[in-house]
Amino acid sequence: MIEVRGLVKTYGTKRAVDGVSFTVKRGEILGFLGPNGAGKSTTMKMITGFLRPDAGSAFVDGIDVAADPVGVKSRLGYLPESAPAYPEMTVEEFLGFIAEVRGFRTHPAKRAQVDRAIGLTHLTAVRKQTIETLSKGFKQRVGFAQALLHDPGVLILDEPTDGLDPNQKNEVRSLIKSMAVEKAVILSTHILEEVEAICTRIIVISQGHVVADETPAQFRARQPGARMDEIFRTLTKGDI
Amino acid sequence: MHQIGPVFKREFLGYFRSPVAYVFLVIFLFASVGLAFFAGGFFKAGIATLESYFLYHPWLFLFLVPAAGMRLWSEEKRSGTAELLFTLPVTTLEAVIAKFLAAWAFLAIAILLSFPMAITVGYLGNPDWGVVLTSYLGSMLMAGGYLGVTALMSALTKNQVISFVLSVFVCFLITLLGTSMFSGFLTGFLSLPVPVSDVISNFSFLTHFDAFTKGIIDPKDVVFFASLTGFALFLNVVALER
Repeated sequence: MIEVRGLVKTYGTKRAVDGVSFTVKRGEILGFLGPNGAGKSTTMKMITGFLRPDAGSAFVDGIDVAADPVGVKSRLGYLPESAPAYPEMTVEEFLGFIAEVRGFRTHPAKRAQVDRAIGLTHLTAVRKQTIETLSKGFKQRVGFAQALLHDPGVLILDEPTDGLDPNQKNEVRSLIKSMAVEKAVILSTHILEEVEAICTRIIVISQGHVVADETPAQFRARQPGARMDEIFRTLTKGDI
Repeated sequence: MHQIGPVFKREFLGYFRSPVAYVFLVIFLFASVGLAFFAGGFFKAGIATLESYFLYHPWLFLFLVPAAGMRLWSEEKRSGTAELLFTLPVTTLEAVIAKFLAAWAFLAIAILLSFPMAITVGYLGNPDWGVVLTSYLGSMLMAGGYLGVTALMSALTKNQVISFVLSVFVCFLITLLGTSMFSGFLTGFLSLPVPVSDVISNFSFLTHFDAFTKGIIDPKDVVFFASLTGFALFLNVVALER
């Protein structure tokens, strides 16, 4: 369960996020849409506790991020944009480190979580390879494995299919879909078909404001017969 | 504080997962032992002591500690892993302490790898082992002080070169305060009274390291290094949370 109330973030004179509010319940996959620089990533970073909001608050499972950041961080899995990881570590070492920080300290528990995450994201072939030698698609999957490792109730994914080939995109989408039954998921993307394929709800954000918050069907009904990107362009024309 | 373990382990092993550790350790040993032999007259003096080895540590650390510590935060910021680290259930204080301790442990290895010199001295003569031990202790505490400053500078920038240059500069200033040249400048050129120049030179690494190399563990020297390091790490947390 994610609840966001009136989040505001200002960089210098630019207001990146201006009063964003929404809730995501368990079983929902929220597609976060918006042009580059509209405030998607900034909003996600505030929910995960990486950035401190200038105003407003975010709650995960009823816990205020500002009051108990570590409590929130231990409940959610986060895939930052471009999936950062320590390049000199092997996939196994890296996921082992994440497992230890996530509280799986004994060898069998750690091993079980790492094996599970590697299995889910199909990383078995590269598990002994250092991350710097991996291709972009594999790196993205390592980031995904890291976010899933502790089987969190809340997943926040910043462009999870970025840099993947069409087959890998499909695979990641079906993985997200299969897991979402008992999770609350937020994912940001530029790909409108992706939203239609897996999301149960759409939020469009433009110039730091929420300009649409509805189901994909309602979104389509805005301009019957029009393509999704046309509707998107109409909604976000303030950014152009 | 239970998250210090995994972060420490990752950071410490990180040195050995890249060539950094091996290059650093070899250069450190060449430089420290080389200075003792060629500049300090370790062999020619004919005295069973490691004094000439420790003599140059403040000046050696001036460059080598920033070299080992410049990556601590700059690299995390540049590669984006800072975002990963700070969205894991780890507090800033835990991360700062863990990373500092990892780099410090690495420096301790570099210092302790000079142990064959101690063994040689013990084989050839009859050194004062108390002095040898306090010198090693002082050297490590001093390395911690330099490292605290370096970690702080590293947290201020995502550029490792800037981090290195700033660290060397600040460490150089703190070291310089204790040289006779500097106190001569204060009393002579600025005509400050001697007690004032004494107070200023009290903030130098040199002044506090000296006693250790003579076999004295003075609580005020230990407190100096501990509080300098602690203060730098406190500012490090502040710099990361701003």
